[in-house]
Amino acid sequence: MSDRLPEQPGMFAGLLAVARRDLLLAWKRPGDVLNPLFFFAMVCTLFPLAVGPSPEQLTFSGPGVLWVAALLATLLSLNTLFMSDHEDGSLDQLLVSPQPLPVLALGKTLAHWLISGLPLVLISPLLAMTYRMPGDAMGVLMLTLFLGTICLSLLGSIGAALTVGLHRGTALLSLLILPLAMPVLLLGANTVSLAAGNEVYATGIWALGAYAVGAISLAPYATAAALRISNE
Amino acid sequence: MTAKLSGKDLTLIRGESCLFKGLGFALNPGELLLLEGRNGSGKTSLMRAIAGMLSLEKGEIYWNDIPVNRQRQEFHGALVWLAHRTGLKGDLNLVENLRFEASLRPQGNVDLAAVCDRLAIARLKRLPLRSLSAGQQRRVALARMLLADVPLWLMDEPFTNLDREGRKLVMELTEEHLLKGGMCVMAAHQDIEINVPVVRVGL
Repeated sequence: MSDRLPEQPGMFAGLLAVARRDLLLAWKRPGDVLNPLFFFAMVCTLFPLAVGPSPEQLTFSGPGVLWVAALLATLLSLNTLFMSDHEDGSLDQLLVSPQPLPVLALGKTLAHWLISGLPLVLISPLLAMTYRMPGDAMGVLMLTLFLGTICLSLLGSIGAALTVGLHRGTALLSLLILPLAMPVLLLGANTVSLAAGNEVYATGIWALGAYAVGAISLAPYATAAALRISNE
Repeated sequence: MTAKLSGKDLTLIRGESCLFKGLGFALNPGELLLLEGRNGSGKTSLMRAIAGMLSLEKGEIYWNDIPVNRQRQEFHGALVWLAHRTGLKGDLNLVENLRFEASLRPQGNVDLAAVCDRLAIARLKRLPLRSLSAGQQRRVALARMLLADVPLWLMDEPFTNLDREGRKLVMELTEEHLLKGGMCVMAAHQDIEINVPVVRVGL
């Protein structure tokens, strides 16, 4: 039984298995999914009430508010990414599993994005209406949030992996992530502003896309290394 | 010296204290490596080091005479770790938990139903794991170990939370595994009786 070489599961079997398990867990605890979404919706609807209903002001501040709220909602959901796995020991089991760790980390991040990032993207046009955003700009908002939340989930997974062994690492996680997340926020909010003002905005989308591709290819390795370090 | 699993000149320092120094062991198929020592003597640390999760100050663990660090994935494919914390999801039921574990490994030819019967957990299949007792969860972790169908078992205090029958069952399963040519590294602070070659490491 020792020296046979049985057929190994494919490269992405681990990714799919981890993502499927995390989605199943989220399905059984819907509160985790709704929390960031609720936060996002609250901030975006309370803001117009606080600053007053003047259309110019709302159109002007809309992209910024929506983007800041999306960034904070994502940060809010990040500290739970590896925490429960760390507490019940299943993170240790992932570390000794025969699948490559970066692929497993990517699977966890994919599930996190599907649970917390994608709902933000889908609900954003509804909230953008509060800010009198024109129809074209709404499409751009969704596209930038789509790319931006992917970046944020991936960057966040590195921070979450580094702080997983610490108790109350939430503040530290935000501090670690924010410098890397700044370009995403600036690009996203400015691109939507440009689109809302009928100006040329394509550059921002290309840049966000490039950032996302870079993050997908590099972040899983950083996350895997961070997980190994913080689990020693 | 050639052995399937061996460690040479292992040294681990945690904080101010040196847990072990110049430690070595060699394990061949059919043998049990028993790590003995009082609480806090470094049994779990040594086991984590063997699993490649803890870097040592000095020394190297070898699998087939190749350092584990250079073939991590192959080595992890050959071992399963029964840790102190079970690593099972409380919100998922037994079948969902075991199916997840199975999808990370090559398909073994071990029957899930037979394993569940053997461990007396067959009637708990549809319950979320958090509603099971600590001992029953331990049995599910044992089921995962059996289903993995790999040569090397790492067992950290396998008797925790188990009743007398459970402890007997662990001994029987270990004995069967070793007689089939498997290997086992066990950390225990109680005496165990088993009819297979035992390599002892005192910490």
